This record gives sequence, C-alpha cells and structure tokens, in this order.
Amino acid sequence: MSSWYMLTVVGEDRPGIVAGVTAALFKGGCNLGEASMMRLGGSFTIMLMVELGGSDDVLQQLVEPVARSLGLHVHIDSIEGQLHRHREPDVSITVYGADKTGIVARVTAVLAEAGLHILELESDVAGNRENPVYVMHIEGYAEKSIDLLRSALKVVECDGIEVSLEAVDTMIG
Amino acid sequence: MVELEILTYPDQRLKQVSPPVRQFGEELRVFIARLEFTMRGSPGGVGIAAPQVGYFQRIVIVDVSAKPKIPGHGRMVLVNPEILSWEGMTRGREGCMSVPDFTGNVMRAERITMTAFDEEGNLQEYLCEGYEARAVQHEIDHLDGLLFLDRLVSRHTDLFRRKKYDNKICNYSA
Repeated sequence: MSSWYMLTVVGEDRPGIVAGVTAALFKGGCNLGEASMMRLGGSFTIMLMVELGGSDDVLQQLVEPVARSLGLHVHIDSIEGQLHRHREPDVSITVYGADKTGIVARVTAVLAEAGLHILELESDVAGNRENPVYVMHIEGYAEKSIDLLRSALKVVECDGIEVSLEAVDTMIG
Repeated sequence: MVELEILTYPDQRLKQVSPPVRQFGEELRVFIARLEFTMRGSPGGVGIAAPQVGYFQRIVIVDVSAKPKIPGHGRMVLVNPEILSWEGMTRGREGCMSVPDFTGNVMRAERITMTAFDEEGNLQEYLCEGYEARAVQHEIDHLDGLLFLDRLVSRHTDLFRRKKYDNKICNYSA
C-alpha cells in the first residue's frame, strides 16, 4: 500500500538540486507526481508529490543525505492528494503596478469575495531597488461568474494598479 | 452509428506524418461521417483529425459553432488542407482528446488563410481567425504527427510575450 506525500525543499540556489533530490527518490523506489520547482530570490524551491510504499520517516531518510550535502531544508506532509485531479482554469488575471505593501492582499480579497478559486499564482518584483514594480499572474476558476470578477477588479484599478482579466476558453481538439 | 476509438498518446502512431487523400468518393464520405460523429460525441470537442482515430490520411473536421459568441465558418471538412499565410501570434489554452487530463498554453497564429478540399473534392478557400484558427492549426498539426505538447510555452514566456504583443492574448471568448 503506497501513500502520497508533499515534499517541500528549500535551499540556496545552485546547480544540481533537482538532479540530486530526484535521484535519491528514484533510488529509494519513489514515484513522482505533479511538481512546482523554481528559483525565488536566491533560493531554489521544490514542491513535489512523492508516492512511496513507506512512512514519512522512510522518505525523510531517503532525502537526508542529499539535503545535507546540498544544504537543503526539507519538509514532508502526508497528503490525501491523488493524480488526475486537475481543475481547468476559466480565467486569467494579470496585475501590475508600483510595488507597495498590500497589493496581493487587496486584490485577492476582492477576487475571493467575488468567487475566484485560485489555481495558480506567480508573482515577481521587477524594476529596480528605487522603483520596484510588482507583477502577478493568476489563473483560476470563477465559482460565480467572470463578469462578477471583472467588476470586482474595477475597485482596485482605481488605486493605480493595472489589472487585466481574460476569459480562458480551452480549445479541445 | 458507432464512435471510432480515439488513439491516445503515448501511442506512437500519433507521431507519424499522414499522406494526402488521393481519392474522393463514397468510402471517404462514410469515413468523414463517422469521424464527425466521433468528434460530436466528445464533450467540448471542436475539432478532430483523422490520425486521432488511426486513419492516416490528411482529413480534419472543425466546428466551433457550439461555442457561444465565437465567430467561425460552422462545420468545416478539410481534406488535404494547406495553410497559405499566418498572421499575428496569440497564446491560448489547448487540450486534446488524444492527451487526456492535461491542458496547456500554446502560441498560434491569430489569422490564417488556407485552402482545402471539401468532402466532394471541391477546392475551397478560408480565412480563419482567433479560436477557429487555433482549432484548425491544432488539427493540421495532427496530420504532421505533432501534438500540442510539442508546442507548449511556459507561463513565464507568457508574461514576456505580453510585453511584446499588446494585441489580445488568449481572449477567445470575448
């Protein structure tokens, strides 16, 4: 009987982190599922679904040597998740503006109120130290209606934040 | 009528190039009817290519008329289609009956002109735009052994593209 775990790995970015971690998992008989891996700031981050016929302690022991040698911090959660549970986004939202505290909280609050279910969110700070520009891209699912999300965003647009919302209509061929 | 079986990746037959149709007639019409029946039996399907049902000839059907507010030609049977010109690039989300449980973003031309024979063997010309142009390009790719997986773009690419192209991106239902 195998179980799924969410393996979180964070460490100072350097070449070989993905190869090192996944090789250790492969040698330990793990099956890998969906993942998000990226450099954020100077750190490299991994969120990875791992399937294993053993406990979280076994998984911890598998990644311990590579984590130690590459200076990685590891966290493991037992999850109920499974593969093939994708949910299709029907709306794509981009937000940008002069970086100031509270943009994310403000925008996501009005969107949540209007029924947005966020499936993915990526954000970045562009510009330079003197004039930082915040850029955020969201893909999500409108639990109520896209028009409701559109009118909700009008409120935050007045604050000097640029917002664009586009319906996503997936073409199935 | 019985739906044809859809081949799904990693079936390597989906990766082959299909030769053109040489003969028009009853056999072709019967096949096209079954291909269309199969497309209409797939939830949300707006297009289908013959190789998806294991018939390796250059035949495509596209019909986006089930989508509200999207302009198009209605039912198009495209035999030996040839795209003559491409204009503009836009990002849009695609899925495929041959690649279940996965969708992704693909760059496609916004407008294409094309010739194709209809099921009777008459040469037709088309100008397709937006969502319909996307469907046509997706289906013609199948004739060349290409899946949308071969053309995926990363999310970061999207953000950079947005800076370069200020025309509508992904706005197929507006």
